[in-house]
Amino acid sequence: MSLTLLIEQILNGLQFGVMLFLMAAGLTLIFGVMGLINLAHGSLFMVGAFACATVAAATGSFWLGLVASLAAAAAAGALVEILVIRRLYERDHLDQVLATFALILIFSEGTRWVFGSFPLYLDIPQLLSGAVHLPGGAQYPIYRLAVIGVGIAVAIGLYLLIGKTRLGMRIRAGESDREMIGALGIDIGTLYTLVFALGAALAGLAGAMVGALQSVQVGMGEPVLILAFVVIVIGGIGSIKGALVGSILVGLTETLGRFLLPHVFGLFMPNSEAATVGAALASMLIYIVMALILAFRPQGLFAANA
Amino acid sequence: MAEPILDIRDLRKSFGALKATDGVSLDLRPGEIHALIGPNGAGKSTLIHQIAGSLKPDSGEIRFEGRDVKPLDVAARARLGMGRTFQVSSLAPEFSALRNVMLAVQARQGSSFRFFKPVMHDRSLTEPAHEALARVGLSDRADVSAAELSHGERRQLEIAIALALGAKAFLLDEPMAGMGPEGSQALTTFLDGLRAEAPILLIEHDMDAVFALADRISVLVYGRIIATGTVDDIRNHPAVREAYLGDGA
Amino acid sequence: MTRETTISIVIVAGLLAAAFIAQAMGETFYITLATRMAILGLAATGLNIALGLGGLVSFGHAAFFGIGGYAAGILATHAFNSEPLLLGLPGTNQMIVIWIAGAIAAGLVAVLIGLISLRTSGVYFIMITLAFAQMIYYFAISWPAYGGEDGLSIYVRNTFPGTNTLAPMSFFLICFGLLVIGLVFFALIRDSRFGAALQAGRQNDTRLAAVGIGPFRVRLVAFVISAMMTALAGALFADLNRFVSPSMFSWHMSGELIVLIIIGGVGRLAGPLAGAIVYVLFEFALGGITEHWQFFLGLILLAVVLFARGGVMGLLAGRARHG
Repeated sequence: MSLTLLIEQILNGLQFGVMLFLMAAGLTLIFGVMGLINLAHGSLFMVGAFACATVAAATGSFWLGLVASLAAAAAAGALVEILVIRRLYERDHLDQVLATFALILIFSEGTRWVFGSFPLYLDIPQLLSGAVHLPGGAQYPIYRLAVIGVGIAVAIGLYLLIGKTRLGMRIRAGESDREMIGALGIDIGTLYTLVFALGAALAGLAGAMVGALQSVQVGMGEPVLILAFVVIVIGGIGSIKGALVGSILVGLTETLGRFLLPHVFGLFMPNSEAATVGAALASMLIYIVMALILAFRPQGLFAANA
Repeated sequence: MAEPILDIRDLRKSFGALKATDGVSLDLRPGEIHALIGPNGAGKSTLIHQIAGSLKPDSGEIRFEGRDVKPLDVAARARLGMGRTFQVSSLAPEFSALRNVMLAVQARQGSSFRFFKPVMHDRSLTEPAHEALARVGLSDRADVSAAELSHGERRQLEIAIALALGAKAFLLDEPMAGMGPEGSQALTTFLDGLRAEAPILLIEHDMDAVFALADRISVLVYGRIIATGTVDDIRNHPAVREAYLGDGA
Repeated sequence: MTRETTISIVIVAGLLAAAFIAQAMGETFYITLATRMAILGLAATGLNIALGLGGLVSFGHAAFFGIGGYAAGILATHAFNSEPLLLGLPGTNQMIVIWIAGAIAAGLVAVLIGLISLRTSGVYFIMITLAFAQMIYYFAISWPAYGGEDGLSIYVRNTFPGTNTLAPMSFFLICFGLLVIGLVFFALIRDSRFGAALQAGRQNDTRLAAVGIGPFRVRLVAFVISAMMTALAGALFADLNRFVSPSMFSWHMSGELIVLIIIGGVGRLAGPLAGAIVYVLFEFALGGITEHWQFFLGLILLAVVLFARGGVMGLLAGRARHG
């Protein structure tokens, strides 16, 4: 194990973390403002990836694909909000879970129907296809660095949006007092649709960017969704700051755990066995971290509405 | 003088800069009704929450029958014999009035981990529950779900539950709230008799009831008790007149 | 007898009758469908204790279903290979031993998950139970000793004294018998003191604590009982398919169990079974028409949640009564 390899893994962890943040930010925003748990958020991630892959294949431009992913995911989000989700705000969490679970079935099977079961492939754009030299001699793909950059830009953008704009003020008002916001003369319906579409667009963006790193296929959003849940449980549901810290924590833990644990076990057992035990334990590591954090802080690190 | 059942010493609780409970000392002696009055926002509910265990005080002592109850949670304090009613009725809405009371009876018997005997055929549960309902005058509403009871009936049901618990002290948080004059009158008569069974810490806005019932009155203003005394002491206390009763008394 | 009890008995008897009719017609495939209904009904009845009575929306019950399944798979494999399991203990192909082992294993895991997750409520509880089940799922995939991602075959169905479990009808009757025991157990718990405390906690846990009953312990015990019953069903499911795989742990399985309860009626005695019957029939009928049947399942489920609350039992027996 060399230092350059470790740096590379840390960057991978960061890249995974910011991708999780794009998912977790939308989830936590939707929960914070509307009190809704949305299992179908992973489907919007998938919609973004498919939109990007399809448009990129048709036009030859990744960038048009990226625009399409934002538009498609935001439109799908707004449509779903208007048709289904807004009937669920007053319902209990069980109904929300069930209805959004049903949406997953519809999205996944519908996508399979249209695109078939074979994965699509999305190429990294020409502009970002090279690699940069890391100190120590290793190379790191520019594209992954760009993903990290986009994640940081979104985090700053969200911070400004919520902290400094009129829309942000309304979102904050919605979080603290749902009655109040109606009294202020703000159209709640439109605000909710907007917030939902914003969350959806972020998920779609994440899907499109990840689509260029792995294959684009049905069900790709689900593992990410569950990790995003872990992120917001750790960070505190409703807190954007918690989502950011949780994402980076989960991204690094997951990536470094897979990388380091086999080495750690290799210190006191045969290598083949260490690889097995290390991999099995690494797959459980973030959940163990989550359990430990919850044991001390049941409401997460930055509880927004404890 | 008899040992107090409930003894509170120098209790303090702050929320940020707000001192909700600011050095409160208070006791409740056998056989008495001790009324706690004060303007809205004086910290009465915060105080009750700390006594019952749903809020943790910053400092101070709470003793129940001589025992320090600060480390105990709500359920453990209830098992010791604190019978609390809520300012806003807190019941199991889908259960009938009878089943709400039966829950208290089974809790009193300390037997919630029995898995096979049907409760509705268990006379050791139904009989005491019917008895408690009869005492508050709810017998003919036993089978109505709590959600369908009228506001006043829910208040009565809360008291029936506290009775069925075999409480050693009652903490009643505005039991008269929202009751009509007739209901208040009946409840006043009922509470008057109840004090012989167990002492009552009574939080109430209805001054007629307080003056008719209380053996002692404490006045809470901005988290502090500014006076404790008999009805006459309090009526004539200058600070009380100024701070609370004002021209309305 | 209440209308609810009558309808519950009719549904259970109907399942039994359907199996016998299939047997008479020589249609063993339909017996297998009925067996599947009984097993899924039992799994969801287990979940119904936590979810329906206690209001604990566990999105991780696949963990217990899978533990039951793997108990059957692992014990049978060791019996087949004659390799000792742990501490020199042998495997077994006796169903009764497998059931007990599976239920105990699931119960222990439920204690651990419950101790952490029951400190929270609402959305946190949903997500944490989901996360723990997912942890076990990934563990099952990455631990190669018992097949990893590929799963584990049970070469010969495990045995039960006095019957040939390979005969579809015999195996159905074993599953049906356990289902009936599970339903009776559910009804007893629902009407007991424990059930009263559990249901009161769902309606208003402030009230429960104020009479001196700590909600946490009640819920933990309910969660564990619920997990054990679902694990039992998981062991049967493994024997039905003679195969276990990590998909038993997947979150789709957890979602499916909740779906069964919602279709049938939350907290209702025969709700999970009614849900399982409708679900399996639906899967069979629609699966024969289109491979994209899950799309339509999604639409129907959405319609049930949005417009037909109360499920099958709500339609048949009216709103739930609570004494």
